[in-house]
Amino acid sequence: MTGQSSKGNHVSVTGTATVMTGNEAAATAAKLARVQVVAAYPITPQSPVVEQISAWVESGELPAEFVAVESEHSALSVCIGASTVGARTFTATSSNGLAYMTEQVWWAAGARLPIVMCIANRAMAAPWNVLNDQQDSMSVRDAGWVQLYCRDNQEILDTTIQAFRLAEELSVPVMVCYDGFLLSHTVMPVELPAPEAVDTFLPPRTDGLQVIDPTDPRNVGPVVMADPRPDADGVMRPGYMEFRAMHQAAIVSALEAVPRIDGEFGEHVGRTWGGLVWEQDLDDADVVLVAAGSITTQLALVAEQLRQEGMRVGVLGIRCYRPFPAAALADRLAGRSLVIVFDKAMSYGYEGPICADLKAALYGQSDVPAVFGTISGLGGRDTSPEDLADTTRRAVADHAAGIRTRPTEWVNLKMTGGAR
Amino acid sequence: MTRITDLPAESIMLPGNRACAGCGIGIALRQITSALDGKLVLVNPASCLTVLGGMYPTASVAVPWLNIAFPSTAASASGVAAGLRAMGRADEMTVLAMAGDGGTADIGIQALSGAAERNEDMIYLCYDNEAYMNTGTQRSGSTPQGARTTTTWSGKKENPKDVPAIMEAHNVGYVASTSAAYPTDVYDKVAKARGLSGLRYIHMNTPCPSGWSFDPKDTVRLGRLAVDAGLVVLYEVQDGEFHLTGRSAALAKSGLKATVAEYVATQGRFRGMSPETIAEIQAWVDKRWAGFLKREAGE
Repeated sequence: MTGQSSKGNHVSVTGTATVMTGNEAAATAAKLARVQVVAAYPITPQSPVVEQISAWVESGELPAEFVAVESEHSALSVCIGASTVGARTFTATSSNGLAYMTEQVWWAAGARLPIVMCIANRAMAAPWNVLNDQQDSMSVRDAGWVQLYCRDNQEILDTTIQAFRLAEELSVPVMVCYDGFLLSHTVMPVELPAPEAVDTFLPPRTDGLQVIDPTDPRNVGPVVMADPRPDADGVMRPGYMEFRAMHQAAIVSALEAVPRIDGEFGEHVGRTWGGLVWEQDLDDADVVLVAAGSITTQLALVAEQLRQEGMRVGVLGIRCYRPFPAAALADRLAGRSLVIVFDKAMSYGYEGPICADLKAALYGQSDVPAVFGTISGLGGRDTSPEDLADTTRRAVADHAAGIRTRPTEWVNLKMTGGAR
Repeated sequence: MTRITDLPAESIMLPGNRACAGCGIGIALRQITSALDGKLVLVNPASCLTVLGGMYPTASVAVPWLNIAFPSTAASASGVAAGLRAMGRADEMTVLAMAGDGGTADIGIQALSGAAERNEDMIYLCYDNEAYMNTGTQRSGSTPQGARTTTTWSGKKENPKDVPAIMEAHNVGYVASTSAAYPTDVYDKVAKARGLSGLRYIHMNTPCPSGWSFDPKDTVRLGRLAVDAGLVVLYEVQDGEFHLTGRSAALAKSGLKATVAEYVATQGRFRGMSPETIAEIQAWVDKRWAGFLKREAGE
């Protein structure tokens, strides 16, 4: 990362420098968070996360329960059971594994359990493809989890630790998403925070410890009717819709909590990640490139190069995708000429999910820029800075020619049948 | 064996619940929760039991009760057990996973198989009312041959899955078959299972007046008739040792006391069953019962 990144104060407090893959960073974060129950099922490219955790549990280095289940559905089911009785729980998956556990993704959220799950983002089948895009996690964006997207392996480690604080404070599950292979299997320098610093930042879980207690029996998660109903004492209790509204309020409160917890992490560990969104070369930018995840590293290079060609290009990176930081994005994008969104997922029949959300966030604002959507990197298709720069140059040229809306461009599509 | 007069007088079941009149689950749940002395967490997927448990914000049974997704019973219960161990609370309560036959034999069998292979520390109790009764009497893998359901209008063609045998094949330490119509048999098996560790599987035949189409006053009578006819067999297998129990042990000496024809005549779900089908089921029962007698004799 170069330029004026809001990565901000990158000062080592007591950390240890090392190198590791994104998967190792995720596993290390779970260990530093002192997780108590981990359940997982193998799937590429996530598998090394739980292989590492199972090794630590077997050796006694991590005093936790590791449950090697028979499916992803059961992996999240185990986490749901364990989290309900008060344990700090973690799992990880990818692609079809996430799709297979989708029922439980909704359950964990509706049950308001502070489970943290890492997603090594991978393309959805059919056809089979083990390589990266973000279709898997984007497809469950509506389920009621906080979704955070990472740029590099240090951010995976730091964000996963932060995710436990966030989850336990808000009683919502948190998904930490990072690009499969591009980050999951790529070795990068990573600074390990001192365990004491993490312990101070993330004390043991205290929420919901006695939900399950034979001396104070409760029926957890029973059928809830449409309308509020009175309890045995005649006190009105919420209906289904009230619970959903409470859930929405909790998720939205992450718009405040994500930057605050990021800041507190910085105080303890010495690094912050921009909270909801981060930016590079944005202040005077006329053209803004928007994306989430590791593609923003290439976009940062594109911005630098195009600035040398005389274009005022900046990058606005989305770190927190759910809740969607609509106000922060609208605030930073008002008054620009052109926004180009680089989605690595598609809402088939419409457009990229970030693009659609961003347009909605800008609706009704003043000085709204033109927004051009692009799709890139599906199923591991290369997203070279050269291709992304060409896409940006064409978009700028179209805009200069008076075009204000365009069909979604599929970047680096190599055979006939697609647009450019 | 506990006598009916020895069963605990106190009940953890509160007055009134939403189960249908004559539902066999309620009879058994009283004994199940008593046998665990109230020190349990009940893990329950979508099922008739959910309805019995009550709708927010009221509940009909004073035990910790965790509702979970339909296919996930044994996996969620595995998580509860792991969580309790991690929290140092494993001694506080027994994890009781309790699901219907659809939730066990069909949609839940993958999670159950995984939990059994891992020998997770729980009692898994399947109350088998022989179809998807909560959703309106659709066939399940546990529906008997010949039974009319809302997805087998002319009678199911196949015999039911033998889930206890499937669980035996997983080499778990305790497998039992019981009937809600024999409260002491239910109580004794749950009480015995409570004292063991690892995955303990109990399969409980549970008559269903609405789904089987009989008068609610006949729940216990029909449950016992199924045992007398050898359609339901009371037994347990502990560490590989097989024993018939209760009424089935007595029937092993006396011979079966009822026929399939007598049994099916009592329920609307079997109305119009052909003599050929009845004979086919009787032959299946006879062969199966002979197999149990051989096991009981140690052959």
